Amino acid sequence: MLLAYILRRILWAIPFLFAASLIAFALISAPPGDYLTTFAATLAQSGDVVDQARLDALRERYGLDQPFLVQYFRWISGVLVGDFGVSFEWQQPVSQLIGERMALSVTLAFATLLFTWALAFPIGIYSAVKKYSVGDYIVTGIGFIGLATPNFLVALVLMYVAVVYFGADVSGLFSDAYKQAPWSWAKVADLLAHLWIPVIILGLSSTASLIRIMRANLLDELHKPYVTTARAKGLSEFHLIMKYPVRLALNPFVSTIGWAFPHLISGAVITAFVLSLPTSGPLLLQALLAQDMYLAGAFILLLCCLSIIGMLVSDILLALIDPRIRYR
Amino acid sequence: MTATVDPRLLTTSVDDQASQWRLIWIAFRRHRLAMTGAIIVLTLYFIGAFAEFLAPFDPNASSSKDIYHPPQMLRLIDVDANGDWALRLHVESMRAQRDKFTLETKFVPDPSAKVYVSFFGKGDSYKLWGLIPMERHLIAPAKPGERFYLLGADRLGRDMLSRIIHGTRVSMSIGLIGVSLSLMLGLILGGISGYYGGLIDMAVQRVVELILSLPTIPLWLGLSAALPQTWSPLQRYFAITVILSLVAWTELARVVRGRFLALRNEDFVIAARLDGGSTRRIIFRHMMPSMMSHIIAAVTLAIPVMIIAETSLSFLGLGLMPPTISWGVLLKEAQNIRSIAQAPWLFAPGAAVCLAVLSLNFLGDGLRDAADPYVQDSR
Repeated sequence: MLLAYILRRILWAIPFLFAASLIAFALISAPPGDYLTTFAATLAQSGDVVDQARLDALRERYGLDQPFLVQYFRWISGVLVGDFGVSFEWQQPVSQLIGERMALSVTLAFATLLFTWALAFPIGIYSAVKKYSVGDYIVTGIGFIGLATPNFLVALVLMYVAVVYFGADVSGLFSDAYKQAPWSWAKVADLLAHLWIPVIILGLSSTASLIRIMRANLLDELHKPYVTTARAKGLSEFHLIMKYPVRLALNPFVSTIGWAFPHLISGAVITAFVLSLPTSGPLLLQALLAQDMYLAGAFILLLCCLSIIGMLVSDILLALIDPRIRYR
Repeated sequence: MTATVDPRLLTTSVDDQASQWRLIWIAFRRHRLAMTGAIIVLTLYFIGAFAEFLAPFDPNASSSKDIYHPPQMLRLIDVDANGDWALRLHVESMRAQRDKFTLETKFVPDPSAKVYVSFFGKGDSYKLWGLIPMERHLIAPAKPGERFYLLGADRLGRDMLSRIIHGTRVSMSIGLIGVSLSLMLGLILGGISGYYGGLIDMAVQRVVELILSLPTIPLWLGLSAALPQTWSPLQRYFAITVILSLVAWTELARVVRGRFLALRNEDFVIAARLDGGSTRRIIFRHMMPSMMSHIIAAVTLAIPVMIIAETSLSFLGLGLMPPTISWGVLLKEAQNIRSIAQAPWLFAPGAAVCLAVLSLNFLGDGLRDAADPYVQDSR
């Protein structure tokens, strides 16, 4: 039954991925004129000679004189074998440019998700069990501010405090020594030492909203008769809360994590830009500003896929936790 | 002789009945945070509406000698050299001084010179709402031509306070207009989906799910990057609003659909249908009034999302662009660490964003609780 559900859910993700690719391609073709006119204009601007033969070759390759659907088909069949087209600005195949950046984006998103979960779960329980205590008020206060402050503002303020009061630079994901170095365990350790700052910044608002959800869910459960019964039977308070009400309250909590994932990826774009992280965000932005549409399209497509997969994972988790979902 | 009572006169007066709106108002008034939020939100919209009058200066007037001028305190008690004092609104002037070694410009207070400030004084001339020519400002320097900076100045020596006040108009209105657009989309699609159910419902729900599962900021960025660079500020403003509402309608559609599904089988709706009411009449006469309060709450909660989105887009340079002034455009100035280390007051528009979002959230939460008759009265 569970397997059937997971299978069905994965099948559902396919049309979503297809739609995401259509949207990404629509964005690629959205700017006025085709990309080659933009390309030629950029070349001419920088004083390069526009090689007509090369333009024609590119036009031929992407079928720019063909209708939208044909162009889309050519593009997507390339994507499926890992060919995302050529970046005009970098003069390199897109797949070479995005590989490591996407990997770091995924790492960042998952690290943030783990952080959010690890923090929101105990704090949410605490804040519901000790309702209206000083701790609860503090948590609620921080939560409201976390929800109201845009990610990038938190990043900016943090950077300001670090530079002005501590003289430290918190931007980037690697120390200078490791920026260009090949991957090694020492580099991974260096990454982990830098990762926590963007993780906290990114996780703040989703943690805040998850705490509120967990608190509200648990508050609904705590006053139900079965809790009183269990308490009357002499179950220890910790065991009692963790075993019954928390398990019921967890359900909406897990389903919210599915929505939190696209939100995280979205927020990561801006925060990464402010902190100049070597993830996909800054390069995406640069590509969009330069109208380097193949590069931008590849990023948008991959970020969308990432968040659809994130939702898929959380739906499967939800089915594992709550048996009722599988039968729907 | 007993007086006969005409039963038609036995109506309760309006004061004795509590309509649903009245009940909501009573519940809402008890919610202190929400009331505070409501007052702040109204104030912000007021500031937005009368931006030209409330701002002391023209937001685009630059002053080359006041680059990164620090904020000045508004003082009331004016003590002159003889020790006499009077109540006069003024600020202490500041003088630019160049450090001999680092060549860094620093502003030091200059107690000898004062800039007097008058209420409703004449300042830069402007046209209120582009129509009424005026030159009075709420506060203006008493001597024309003088300048003061209550929230500091930016890299071109423009008054931050005036810029933030003008930004309020754009940022707060983009939320309002964007939400009205998404409300239209949400009402139509959510309504159709909830009222008819079946296949249509299924299709709309899948679209909503798809949009919710996509990361919004990359999409917004992509869409706004596709806007032609040659568009006028006004065209761009509306285009950005449309882009924001293309994503934001989903949440409203969900609320509307949920309410429609819940109401569809209520007795009064079935009764209306059996009485032969047309679909339009049933929706607008019978279902709408009981959905209104929920929709208003959902709309209030959608505005801050829009404001944050606009701020983020403009901050990245893909949303609104100068000469348009919005909080996001202003925050773009605070992008590099060197300028904020030198002029921390460039963060001030960020405080405005937080204040607006926070109070709109409180207001929306309060409205939602007040509109829900089943909410536990445990506040």
